[in-house]
Amino acid sequence: MASGFPLLSLLIWLPIFGGVLTLAVGKGGSRDIMRKTALGVSVVVFILSLPLYTGFDTETFAMQFGEKASWIPAFNVFYSLGIDGISMPLIILTTFSTVLVVLAGWEVIEDRQEQYMAAFLIMEGLMNGVFCALDGVLFYVFWEGMLIPMFLIIGIWGGPRRIYAALKFFLYTFLGSVLLLVALIYLYNQTSSFNILDFHMAKVGMTAQTLIFFAFLIAFAVKVPMWPVHTWLPDAHVEAPTGGSVILAAIMLKMGTYGFARFILPIVPDASAHLDWLVIGMSLIAIVYIALVALAQTDMKKLIAYSSIAHMGFVTLGFFIVFAIFRATGNTHGAGLGVEGALVQMVSHGFISGALFLCVGVMYDRMHSRNIYDYGGVANTMPVFASFMVLFAMANTGLPGTSGFVGEFMVILGSFQASFWYAFLAATTLILGAAYTLWLVKRVIFGEVGNERVAALQDLNMREFVILGSLAVLVLLLGIWPAPLVDVMHASVNHLLEHVVTSKL
Amino acid sequence: MKGLYLMIPMAPLIGSIIAGLFGRKIGRTGAHTVTIAGVAVAFVLSLITFFKIAVFDGETFNGVVYTWMISDGISFDVGFLIDKLTALMMVVVTFVSLMVHIYTIGYMADDDGYQRFFSYIALFTFSMLMLVMANNFMQLFFGWEAVGLVSYLLIGFWFKKESAIYANMKAFIVNRVGDFGFLLGIAAVLMYFGSVDYADVFAAAPHMKDMTIQIWGDQQWSVMTVICILLFIGAMGKSAQAPLHVWLPDSMEGPTPISALIHAATMVTAGIFMVARMSPLYELSETALSFVLVIGAITAFSMGLLGVFVRSEERRVGKERRSRWGPIHYTMGASAYAAGIFHLMTHAFFKALLFLGAGSVIIAMHHDQDIRNMGGLKKYMPITYWTSLIGSLALIGFPGTAGFFSKDAIIEAVWESHLAGSTFAWICVLLGVFVTALYSFRMFFLVFHGEERMDEHTKHHLKESPKVVTIPLICLAIPSLVAGMIGVGPLLFGGFFEGAIHVDEAHNVLEHMGEEYTGVFGFLIHGTLGLPFLLAMAGIYTAWHVYMKRPDLADQIKARFRGFYDLLVRKYGFDEFNDRFFAGGSRQLAKVLFEKGDATMIDGIMVNGTAKSVGWIAGKVRNIQTGMLYHYAFAMIVGMLLLVTLFVLMG
Amino acid sequence: MIALSDCLLLGAVLFCISLAGIFINRKNIIILLMAIELMLLAVNINFVAFSHFNGDATGQLFVFFVLTVAAAEAAIGLAILILLFRNRHTINVAHLDTLKG
Repeated sequence: MASGFPLLSLLIWLPIFGGVLTLAVGKGGSRDIMRKTALGVSVVVFILSLPLYTGFDTETFAMQFGEKASWIPAFNVFYSLGIDGISMPLIILTTFSTVLVVLAGWEVIEDRQEQYMAAFLIMEGLMNGVFCALDGVLFYVFWEGMLIPMFLIIGIWGGPRRIYAALKFFLYTFLGSVLLLVALIYLYNQTSSFNILDFHMAKVGMTAQTLIFFAFLIAFAVKVPMWPVHTWLPDAHVEAPTGGSVILAAIMLKMGTYGFARFILPIVPDASAHLDWLVIGMSLIAIVYIALVALAQTDMKKLIAYSSIAHMGFVTLGFFIVFAIFRATGNTHGAGLGVEGALVQMVSHGFISGALFLCVGVMYDRMHSRNIYDYGGVANTMPVFASFMVLFAMANTGLPGTSGFVGEFMVILGSFQASFWYAFLAATTLILGAAYTLWLVKRVIFGEVGNERVAALQDLNMREFVILGSLAVLVLLLGIWPAPLVDVMHASVNHLLEHVVTSKL
Repeated sequence: MKGLYLMIPMAPLIGSIIAGLFGRKIGRTGAHTVTIAGVAVAFVLSLITFFKIAVFDGETFNGVVYTWMISDGISFDVGFLIDKLTALMMVVVTFVSLMVHIYTIGYMADDDGYQRFFSYIALFTFSMLMLVMANNFMQLFFGWEAVGLVSYLLIGFWFKKESAIYANMKAFIVNRVGDFGFLLGIAAVLMYFGSVDYADVFAAAPHMKDMTIQIWGDQQWSVMTVICILLFIGAMGKSAQAPLHVWLPDSMEGPTPISALIHAATMVTAGIFMVARMSPLYELSETALSFVLVIGAITAFSMGLLGVFVRSEERRVGKERRSRWGPIHYTMGASAYAAGIFHLMTHAFFKALLFLGAGSVIIAMHHDQDIRNMGGLKKYMPITYWTSLIGSLALIGFPGTAGFFSKDAIIEAVWESHLAGSTFAWICVLLGVFVTALYSFRMFFLVFHGEERMDEHTKHHLKESPKVVTIPLICLAIPSLVAGMIGVGPLLFGGFFEGAIHVDEAHNVLEHMGEEYTGVFGFLIHGTLGLPFLLAMAGIYTAWHVYMKRPDLADQIKARFRGFYDLLVRKYGFDEFNDRFFAGGSRQLAKVLFEKGDATMIDGIMVNGTAKSVGWIAGKVRNIQTGMLYHYAFAMIVGMLLLVTLFVLMG
Repeated sequence: MIALSDCLLLGAVLFCISLAGIFINRKNIIILLMAIELMLLAVNINFVAFSHFNGDATGQLFVFFVLTVAAAEAAIGLAILILLFRNRHTINVAHLDTLKG
């Protein structure tokens, strides 16, 4: 890719303009043309994001595809973009998920469909912006802007308690963001720059680091979400339309963990080292406690939402084991497994949880119920769907050969190096994850046909088959050969680890 | 070379994928053709490999197919390690699997899920092959879990049956408990060896003998012991050792006896294979070996007792038994790996034979599995009768059959061992011999001899099973007879596994036995005069006496031991305990955590509580807003006065 | 001779009277308006007094400004008052509490 070509800008602004275009087309024109416009835009954006992978230089940790323009000169604010091995996979994940989401809302959304499609396209642009932004203010603008479409999606196309859920979602995340802004402004005062890479280099005292650490932690932990600030997620998922749930689970949660990798670890390494027990404790609680809570759910979406929280616990655990390893051995050998495992888990969880929400969506579209006990014996009437569901359920339990295994495996291997008990608690997911997922499958998919409505179910149509099929291929591909994904991370992760264990005091 | 080895697991996988995805298009014939072709290719290639490596002493192959990923400088590969141990396992797995495939054509002929079933069993073959051919821990774990997945699918094959879908979930979760330990074991290996490759780990193992790890408090554990015990927890799940044995009886819920066979004769061997494969590690830890020995003995002993009493109640043919696997495990514990593998091989043959024979009877009886409706089948089904007889004799270790050699080797090995718990184990084996003879022949007599208890209609249609069923029976009967004679010399005492299995000098019981070994016939005579043979004969006689001659005796014995019997019928209450404590307990805990933790604490108090308290404060504050202008003015003046005072005082 | 303090005292007294008029008055909005006027006058007296004793005419200039504003305010205030009376049929201050939270 030619270095001068503003690819990242295109990935941000094309979907946003595409969204506006969709709105305009949908206003007067036919529904069909509008849908095709939206699909066209999302596919083009996805295709445009592929050169990020093919043209990516895996040898360097430096930011690539960079763009820089002055934005608010008075405060040294720049419109500066760039990606490294940590953010690049997430951008492709975003563009890919958006295509699926547009397809998933093809027929189901009848009310104000052009606004629905436009919201997703605009959100895609904003999410890409978050992953590309190298300037604190720019990052913050995208970060906050992203809330608006999501708030609308839940609030307008959601279920019966959508207002409560949307408000809870908004307030929770907004509370965190405010502290993020405070921390960014403090860092600006220290460095007189808003460049995130300058933040990385800034020398900050221990007290300030601790305060910044907590500000960042609250901002990002809410988004991940980590225990105990996770309760917005099940509500938001339950009320959101299928597409909203998919984006929420596949991308939005990754924003939080992306923040861990981009802000917390490199900017306040000393405070992180000092307080790593806190994050690790919260992660392990998420893995064990939340998995148990998932067992008690009767709402399918809620169950998957809780399972998401438990799986995101692996990501935060993977990021923070580096300090314990460094304390014990004096080098970071083994921590790379944890961090890379966490990053793989982010991508893989995007596929798997997205797929599971789509599966629930498929059933919900037909039965208009998310309650597990309204189902039973779906495999009898929807065999193809049942195969997909079992596959994704198995992926969710981390079966080797699926992408769900890779990240968990790496994080558990890494965390063993930090402490036997970290690995021990993390590995309980093997049992608990299997328990809640398979119990769900047993009650919904297997058994005699539960009732007449299940008996009348129609198997997948072509559109649904394509959506689930493409995800199934990716889940298997990544499970059988994760090297292409892991390879792009090495340089960035090694750089990050080196940086993290160097004191900034 | 690599291409050839790659073909072995790939052929069944391709068959499985075709049968699974395009089952409807290719039809029944297509499905069984493609899967059988796949497994047959795998079998033939395995045989070639076996001859090349084992018989003609070819080079051990250790190569990488592709790099799964590299992270943190550690390379995770998918690759094959083909030595004699692997080659033998490959032949056993593909052979039994091939027989099962052919046999399934007859057994599943009337089932709607015909193509699906073929897809599953071919996938099973693939998983098993990946497991035994692995050259690293990661791939071993892949095969390990994949086998669990297929077992899940097979047990739940009839997914409309409530008991089946409960059983498959249980099987998977119990196996996952084992895998939990296994994964931690792999993590420990990676931590101390910095590699997951067998070759690297085994090479480095002797240097790690004295390493210790701190897990709890200040106590130091030997790293090797920790690794071996963690890995063995995985084997306990797969090989159904107490207390993780509870899933195996439920594997009956799949299409019996095929599913039971796949579990009892093949999948269960994964654990034994693993211990043999890891022998360089296990040899470094006597504690771990004793642990293996004791777990094996406990399993064998408790399940053996269960066998005597509960089996007498059983009315279903083809129900598998577990007691067999205990002994194999403690031969592992006694470092007689070769004897264990040898028995695993012979056992796979005759156990498969017995299951398939039972299945043949079930087909003839139109899928009626009640033993009370059978009897006198000998004259209707001669092939099934004779093959079953061979299988039963091999099972009890009748001199000359395959089972005799391997079982005798085990008993001798345990006798020779000096590890803690080996005497206890030896008694358990002998008890097992008697019990095995008793109930296998009870079954045999009740089915094939005595009066004909079936109804007229069934009797009318009784006939020998079709060729697709009898041919596998005959194919399995041959090795059940002769595999022992051929194998005993080279496998046990000929140093066949040299290089593949490592045995420390101090525990090498087989070598000790080898000094006394004088050839097949010497072994034969030695064994025939021994205690095990007499016990087996006593078992057969008891079976004949109690069930054929005086059926009333059985009830009397039962009445005598009522209390003990009840405990046994409930299988020592393992299932109930698990259901109540683990399954029920975690559901209860989940409910409490969700309702008290999430709903009440976090959402109720912290989240909605915050919202409520904001509302409450606002409600109080709004009373200040009276709407009266002069109140506002007054507040303004007072405020101003206060500020002025402040400024004056502050200077 | 009248001292500056006397003038200031007068201004303060007038201011306090007007303040009391605002607070204590519960009846009539006209009295409220008159009290405000009085308050402005108290300020004017201070302006004039300071201007005289400091010999600076700016203060007296300011008085004119204040007077103009006071006149305009009275006019607007009365207009509002009339409208208020038309709509609500009362000029009783105690009844005008639409701002109540």
